[in-house]
Amino acid sequence: MPKRTDIKSILLIGSGPIVIGQACEFDYSGTQAIKALKQEGYKVILVNSNPATIMTDPEFADRTYIEPITADFVEEIIRIERPDAVLPTMGGQTALNTALELEERGVFKRYGCQLIGANVQAIKTAEDRDLFRKAMDEIGLESARSVLATSIKDAEAAANTLGYPLVLRPSRTLGGTGGGIVKSPDELHRKVGIALAASPNHEVLIEESLLGWKEIELEVMRDLKDNVVIVCGIENFDPMGVHTGDSITVAPIQTLTDKEYQLLRDAAIRVMRRIGVDTGGSNVQFSLNPKDGRIIVIEMNPRVSRSSALASKATGFPIAKIAAKLAVGYTLDEISNDITKETPACFEPSIDYVVVKIPRFNFEKFPTADTTLGTQMKSVGEVLSFGRTFQEALQKAMCSMEMDTYGFDRAKLTKDMGRQEILDAAGVSGPHRLWIVGEALRAKFSVRDLFQTTAIDPWFLGQIEEIIQREESLKGTSLESLDREALHELKSLGFTDRRLGQILDVKESTVRDHRKKLKVASSFKSVDTCAAEFVAHTPYLYSSYDQGEDAPPTNRRKVMILGAGPNRIGQGIEFDYCCVHAAMALREDGYETIMVNCNPETVSTDYDTSNRLYFEPLTVESVLSIVEREKPYGVIVQFGGQTPLRIANELAAHGVPIIGTSVDSIDIAEDRERFSALINKLGLRQPQYATARSAEEALEAARYVGFPLMIRPSFVLGGRAMRIIYTEDEVKAYMQEGVEVSHDRPVLLDRFLDSAIEVDVDAVSDGKNVLIAGVMEHIEPAGIHSGDSSCCLPPQTLLQTVVDEMKRQAKILAKELNVIGLMNIQFAVTEAGEIYVLEVNPRASRTVPFVSKATGVPWAKVASRVMAGKTLDDLGVKEVEPVGYVSVKASVFPFSKFSGVDTILGPEMKSTGEVMGIHTNFGGAFAKSQFASNTTLPSTGKVFLSIRDRDKGPLPGMVKRLSGLGFSIVATKGSAQFLKEHGLEVEVVNKVREGSPHIVDMLGRGEIVMVINTPEGWQPVMDSKSIRIVANEMRIPTYTTIAAGRAVSEALGMVKDRSYLSVRALQDYLCPGVQENLPPAASAAMR
Amino acid sequence: MKNERPQTGATEARGEVGYLAFADGAIFKGKCFGALRGASNPVTGEAVFNTSMYGYQEILTDPSYAGQVMCFTYPHIGNVGCNEEDVESSQIFTEGLVVRAAHKTPSNFRATVSLQSYLARNNVMGLEGIDTRVIVSHLRDHGAQMSVMAGGADVKPDELVDRAKTLGSMEGKDFVKHVACKETYTWDHLSWSLAHGNSRKLSQEQLVSRPHVVAVDCGVKTNILRLLVDVGFRVTVVPAGTSADDIMALRPDGVFLSNGPGDPATLGYVVKPARELLGRVPMFGICLGHQILGQAFGGTTYKLKFGHRGGNHPVRDETTGKVEITVQNHGFAVKKEGLSDKVKVSHINLNDNTVEGLESKALKAFSVQYHPEASPGPHDSRYLFKRFFDLVVGAGA
Repeated sequence: MPKRTDIKSILLIGSGPIVIGQACEFDYSGTQAIKALKQEGYKVILVNSNPATIMTDPEFADRTYIEPITADFVEEIIRIERPDAVLPTMGGQTALNTALELEERGVFKRYGCQLIGANVQAIKTAEDRDLFRKAMDEIGLESARSVLATSIKDAEAAANTLGYPLVLRPSRTLGGTGGGIVKSPDELHRKVGIALAASPNHEVLIEESLLGWKEIELEVMRDLKDNVVIVCGIENFDPMGVHTGDSITVAPIQTLTDKEYQLLRDAAIRVMRRIGVDTGGSNVQFSLNPKDGRIIVIEMNPRVSRSSALASKATGFPIAKIAAKLAVGYTLDEISNDITKETPACFEPSIDYVVVKIPRFNFEKFPTADTTLGTQMKSVGEVLSFGRTFQEALQKAMCSMEMDTYGFDRAKLTKDMGRQEILDAAGVSGPHRLWIVGEALRAKFSVRDLFQTTAIDPWFLGQIEEIIQREESLKGTSLESLDREALHELKSLGFTDRRLGQILDVKESTVRDHRKKLKVASSFKSVDTCAAEFVAHTPYLYSSYDQGEDAPPTNRRKVMILGAGPNRIGQGIEFDYCCVHAAMALREDGYETIMVNCNPETVSTDYDTSNRLYFEPLTVESVLSIVEREKPYGVIVQFGGQTPLRIANELAAHGVPIIGTSVDSIDIAEDRERFSALINKLGLRQPQYATARSAEEALEAARYVGFPLMIRPSFVLGGRAMRIIYTEDEVKAYMQEGVEVSHDRPVLLDRFLDSAIEVDVDAVSDGKNVLIAGVMEHIEPAGIHSGDSSCCLPPQTLLQTVVDEMKRQAKILAKELNVIGLMNIQFAVTEAGEIYVLEVNPRASRTVPFVSKATGVPWAKVASRVMAGKTLDDLGVKEVEPVGYVSVKASVFPFSKFSGVDTILGPEMKSTGEVMGIHTNFGGAFAKSQFASNTTLPSTGKVFLSIRDRDKGPLPGMVKRLSGLGFSIVATKGSAQFLKEHGLEVEVVNKVREGSPHIVDMLGRGEIVMVINTPEGWQPVMDSKSIRIVANEMRIPTYTTIAAGRAVSEALGMVKDRSYLSVRALQDYLCPGVQENLPPAASAAMR
Repeated sequence: MKNERPQTGATEARGEVGYLAFADGAIFKGKCFGALRGASNPVTGEAVFNTSMYGYQEILTDPSYAGQVMCFTYPHIGNVGCNEEDVESSQIFTEGLVVRAAHKTPSNFRATVSLQSYLARNNVMGLEGIDTRVIVSHLRDHGAQMSVMAGGADVKPDELVDRAKTLGSMEGKDFVKHVACKETYTWDHLSWSLAHGNSRKLSQEQLVSRPHVVAVDCGVKTNILRLLVDVGFRVTVVPAGTSADDIMALRPDGVFLSNGPGDPATLGYVVKPARELLGRVPMFGICLGHQILGQAFGGTTYKLKFGHRGGNHPVRDETTGKVEITVQNHGFAVKKEGLSDKVKVSHINLNDNTVEGLESKALKAFSVQYHPEASPGPHDSRYLFKRFFDLVVGAGA
């Protein structure tokens, strides 16, 4: 069928910020979909609040709305743009939920647009557990026995019929938020309330537990002619009970016969037809009893998903791109397979390798969070790895994690355990279970023992056992005794040089030298969808220690870009954005671009992004082997965040041609002594600091630096283990816990500039000229990690002279460091207007995408071209001062996934993603940023205030504003007294330790609509923790700094009169003609 | 069903070095598993590859693979072991197999024996540790190759190449005579199910009133017979080469031509009775049966460069425009040219546009080049059994 001509314009709904359960896989899907639809000549309108996405680049969609993805905003966009169709299947659960709400409001009917890709009935049947179950009954497929509950009473009744353990599944939530396994009536009581609160429609499914069953997922595509193909089958290494997003998964399925697989395939197709997904991709999850093969349907997602991104990367079959084409009427046989070119997309990929995904966790950021894995997803990212065998793929995946693991090398996890304890530990599903299973096998437990304890399929356990046995047999032998054949065989099992070095007690480089001498090298093979049956035209490659090679290198001038590895807190999609921009820019300039990365969620690992894609771990070993093969003209390390930087020195030492800012300059910025010398030389100012290697030294240093101070280990990513400290006792306490974190590295102390305004400045330099890309004023004061702070561009409260001075300092720093490419500087401006340099990062920073969106200049592209040799003059780029609008970036936190975690912000970064709000004034932009980050600002009700003394200055003004908007104020004694003294009306409430009825009771009863709580010092923070925990669980907007409180009170004004709801496309903000017609930025915000 | 392969004196392989040698001189070194076949008793056959990721046991026991050495593109083979149920005939017909990694310890609730023992017991040799992707690329680029495989201390790879050169080509070889049944028999089993395995069968009373189909066995896969029973037939199987008169004497309501190995052009003794039956009784052919029917329709067959073997080939039904994901296993195909004008091409392969199905409404006969019985592979094409049943019932009334 040819494409539809009755549709001319399509609105694509994105997925918003990166959160646990919804990461950049939807940028990958959406970007593919937009490209495909534009190619077909459709006008594409996009809404997505996440500025760090590629899809929101103004040149992708025709009309790009960086606005909150809520029914209100999307309705407004539909009203203005009048799209013919809405495609809701590319933006995850967020897009589907929004589409459902719009349908319920009658918006589609009102504006004459239709849903494509999935109809409302299909979405409802798939999403509503009761409807789904009935549908499965109709087609003769079994579901787990379950009961839908809307109250605790319902839940108790359900438990009586089903028996424990039970699974709680709240309806319509992301990544299973609020769900879990309950094993007793007590636990049921505790968890049902949370589960009900998490569900937007207050429903929770209570279900029989299938703990220990196999979990299998099939990715299905269907077109309008009812042609159906299965793109990929995925088997979970972790049995049922662990959210599939938190499970290690393997493709293809390893432990089913064809007969069993075909039962699943037939079932998946029946599900697809019954649910009524007319076109596009879906995934169907099954559970299979390992004893008798009984099959149960778990769920079906009528949209592209994390799994479909994984399946696309695992097979080379671009599900989202094809789903977009199917949505506009093409059929599978009319679409060609990009990789083979000669065959159609209507086929099922055959793969001749094994793919392993391992999730990446960040529990170290949330020390009080429960690390047991269950039905609620807790991982923040993932890696994918390819090998010709499971063992090779598994060990490569372990190395890709960037957790300083190079195989089964985590003996320290179990070193204090007895033999039985190791086995017991393996039985608990947690972030390190894979390694613990390895140690249990090393402790000579059998595959059978482990199967009984873990329910992990014996096939997988047997594979790990072989690896461990091989390791054990190698111990005590010498490297020299390994001949070519023996070494090649070890390498083909996935052993890294580093791991072999550990086992044989030699250095990694010694293993490498021996290996090179024996001419044992990896070969590179294509991911080609067809197991080599047809010639592959797309060089999408992975390494393996095997015989044959595919896709020999070309003689073109090449630039290689090292990617950002798995997403985790502190290392997010922003870096992938920069890498993708480098690939796009240099490809346009005629270079052959080569991407190296191992994160399956990203746009960078789309085979379409670069000329060549190497899906490989970002380790020295694997990067060197690619460099040796490709011999690039230049390698870019400054875009992928910490991932490439941590290996940059070693790469440089091996002669890898790193382009852009030198590794030495990066080192100057990271090294305290060298950096301090630089600051002094340039006559700039930095906060007082000191270094300490013991508890005693730390106390002494603290007295020298002065309080408050910031203390942290010398090596940090995203502010890990950083803390602000006010007293000597706190120093002692920190040294007791902190030293354990980094025993051989010193602890660093910096004077903390309390109440100072923090400013981020991004710049680009070609070595001669420096351009300021953007100056961002933080809303939270210095001391809150810059990745967690909200910020605005242009600055709202800083004097122009101060801004100009920071620009001047940025420029001299760039020149002195001989920066070629991007640079980010963090300044602090004190109340007296003094400027301190906090940090200089001569590389891409987290803020680059935001600045690019706010200014309309693709700074990462500019920087890439500069690194490849162009000058800023050549490029004709100019600094841009946005006029007439304000852009606010706000961070998004995963607190709702970790019950019992404190939501207070500090120097340790905790956010997983970001949103952007743009408006003609600050209040509107800030309000949008809040709605975009899933914080629903109230328009009436009681606001609770608990404010530290230092912040009380601006308090009366803020309270007056809130009262003026019709809010009433509740405060604890101290704050209340203060307000009364200023003649303000306030209701007093007890602190928790003052006894009931206290503030937590009020929060629990839903009487409070917003919390502004700014404690200072250890004890007050601990005292007020329960407030923030309950507020988090009740989803009450909570602000922990006075600056944020002031910003939100300004935003509430915009909410009150609904003026924040005006939307405008990015293209209109950035078009100079329009800019001039906008009213001037008239914000009194934050002043 | 008898195989020529000696069943006695099999030695179990224990990882000895072994070689696969092609007639064009290519040599691949690996380790032996299954049965050990030495230089004096090497494996010979046409080297082919199959891209199915699942179902190695069905493939090994498919009689159509007689005379062929199978290279699996999926690297892990043996994970789920072998069992009594997943067989397409009474024995292994594939001459030998070549894999990247063979697994000795199976993990599946239905497994009864490891692949290693299964092969050893059937005196079939396997080679592992070979980069099978290299073999696939070689066959793709250079075309099908005759090959020799042997292992053990006394094997000289060059001698294997010399031996491979003497093997000629698959063209002109009749393997049907080796694999087809020798006696007529009836089939009464229904298809496999998770709950009942292969045990479900029908009684004489249940079968007697059903329309009768005579299946001409050129190396039939049992799942074809099972699905014929599932769809409503009473089935009698006759040896390939049974005359038209003898077939008609069984009073069939329909005649089925089965799959099988070798060059279809050598099968005049099967084509002739088929031609004589055309128009007298509804007919359905699968794979080799399609090639026989194609010849009966006046067409000719030719050898493909490296054949179609796998479970993911897209085929479009030209009548409905719908695409089915098909299971394929053929090295020869029917030419479009030269077919009787009573015949139309009903299905085509979307990968290379080759003929995948023929249909003559006038003669009440149709055939497909692929395997609607699957096993292994997707079940998309099972509707064809129903189509045959409807054709027979409509005609037989």
